[in-house]
Amino acid sequence: MSRLKTIVRDQHGVQPLAGGHSLCQGCGIPVVVRTVLGSLHKPAVVVNATGCLEVATTRFPTTAWNVPWLHVAFENAAAVASGVESAQRVLRRRNGLPQEADVAVVVFAGDGGTYDIGLQALSGALERGHRLLYVCYDNEAYMNTGVQRSGATPYGASTTTSPAGLDSFGKAQQRKDMTAIAVAHGVPYAAQACSAFWFDLARKAERGAAADGPAFLNVLSDCPVGWGHDPRVGPRVLASAVETRFWPLYEIVDGEYRLTYQPRKRVPIEDWLTGQKRFAHLRQPQVAVIQRQVDADWEKLLARCAD
Amino acid sequence: MPDLELLTGGEAVAHAMRQVDPDVVPVYPITPQTPIIQGFAKFVADGKAHGELIDVESEHSAMSAAIGSALAGARTMTATSSQGLALMAEVVYIAAAMRAPIVMALGNRALSGPINIHCDHSDSMLIRDSGVVQLFVENAQEAYDMTVLAPRLAEHPDVLLPVLVCQDGFTITHSAEPVELLADAAVRRFVGEYEVPHALLDLERPATQGPFAMPDYYFELRRAQVAALEAALRAFKDVSVELTRLTGRPLTSVERYRLADAETVVVAMGSTAGTLKEGVDALREDGEQVGLLRVVSFRPFPRVAVARALSIARTVVVLDRADSPGGAPPLFAEVASALYGSGTELRGHVFGLGGRELHPEDLREIVSREAPTYVGLRSDPCPA
Repeated sequence: MSRLKTIVRDQHGVQPLAGGHSLCQGCGIPVVVRTVLGSLHKPAVVVNATGCLEVATTRFPTTAWNVPWLHVAFENAAAVASGVESAQRVLRRRNGLPQEADVAVVVFAGDGGTYDIGLQALSGALERGHRLLYVCYDNEAYMNTGVQRSGATPYGASTTTSPAGLDSFGKAQQRKDMTAIAVAHGVPYAAQACSAFWFDLARKAERGAAADGPAFLNVLSDCPVGWGHDPRVGPRVLASAVETRFWPLYEIVDGEYRLTYQPRKRVPIEDWLTGQKRFAHLRQPQVAVIQRQVDADWEKLLARCAD
Repeated sequence: MPDLELLTGGEAVAHAMRQVDPDVVPVYPITPQTPIIQGFAKFVADGKAHGELIDVESEHSAMSAAIGSALAGARTMTATSSQGLALMAEVVYIAAAMRAPIVMALGNRALSGPINIHCDHSDSMLIRDSGVVQLFVENAQEAYDMTVLAPRLAEHPDVLLPVLVCQDGFTITHSAEPVELLADAAVRRFVGEYEVPHALLDLERPATQGPFAMPDYYFELRRAQVAALEAALRAFKDVSVELTRLTGRPLTSVERYRLADAETVVVAMGSTAGTLKEGVDALREDGEQVGLLRVVSFRPFPRVAVARALSIARTVVVLDRADSPGGAPPLFAEVASALYGSGTELRGHVFGLGGRELHPEDLREIVSREAPTYVGLRSDPCPA
């Protein structure tokens, strides 16, 4: 833990996101935020989509933020950040800002604000090539409003709008591959990371912030409330997502895929599914579907890495 | 004799934007405002304007990016119409609440459906209560003047709100008129440097903007926003007096046309005022004591000035270019509120929806009480 602390503080010992906020016990989001902001090597301006992070850190008249922070709405964080980034560029050009002041414009948005309602604004920002570090904290459902299904919710998960029941095993569709969607925009840097793999995430944030164009980080982040696990074992649950290959860690630099972590052996998907209430209702046929999908995705990823 | 150029309203506004030379201009095309952003884009491409054009992927993102840049510390302008305004409405409310001094040209156009590209004021009325300033101009010259004025009003320390320069689609945006432009340097001097009190890019003083406000603070924050919009009336007066010194053309929150001895006063907004002035002149020649009150500032609504201007009228007739289904049309409701208790006879008509023409001679029927409530409406919607 002492090494994590060195990541999350700047040279003056100030945390960009201070304690005292009201995010839940065991929530992965502050780990993502502190790890990312502590790894940039330059000052940051944060643009936040509506969601848990925004609500829990800025209850007026208090704030947990020690860096400039801006929130406008749910679906438009990438567009707001486009404006901030353009302002920075033009003010530097027109001498409103000192030439040497390079500021990282960092977006934090959940999976709802990224995969679903914010996808259009994100696509536009990626296509236009703004120099942004867009970080999706992906906890696989709309947690702030009470665990509703999103485009990031995995097959079989029970949520409040895709509940398991007598005639339902939870979400009947596969999640979308948001990282591949970002890559399809031709961005110079994209990566999939996980809040429990701090140093991997820190390296990716560092590389993303240094990219000459938009960078997209898709970070799996646990939600004990929505996933239904004991907050004390969150990092272990997240590790099982990576070890079972459900959530591989990789990066794409100028279109080239590279695994950043190679699970040592094949771990069955049950390791990831057990211990989370949202999967507790699943029976063998669904588990088999999930295993097949994970295996197929893994093969596809290895093929991309080999190209 | 001043130097006059033959320009459409859209071209004139693009020139005003070139001269203001904003830092960031997020744009998305929609008829009939497109000539404005195309004209400005060409000025940027030719090095005659020096800001950053962002070709965003929707109007929602145009206003979102505008909020980002305006609060970051960059002077920001944009333009839209109709469905574009409807799509960005969510963020227009937030722009006002976050006190982002964005200037937006609005080419007024009917809302769908059915889809239509011509003028009425229903788009403006959709965001009536958003907290933004809405100034309705009469012609291309005034669209130009108001666009030069707007940054000063938006950025006024007592105001800090989005300002919309509302110009009738096609009638103003696409019609060529002789327009007098100020010298570039005069406009630059008039608008001065952009300043916001808490620029996001001021890293020395990190600010949290757009926080979560619960019942213990929301009400107070909304009230502060209302006060800022009310303050815009005074600020508009001050800034317009300053601009008039440069242009010689008055810009006022209401315009009184032949009101001094008018028994019947017609109230309207936008380019229709030009038509109505001809109608008033014709009726005056016939000895009718008719006048026109043109409302320029719809938000904030200058209720004292309106009440005073109408105080000697026996009959007031309000012409709305938007309806409020199931209720009173918006301009009518404002005028009725301003006249409450005065005993003045008040009538209202709706006209010109979806670009339907109003002719000078229509005024004769309106004044003589022969006109139906919906002026210019056919009785049979689909004649064979």
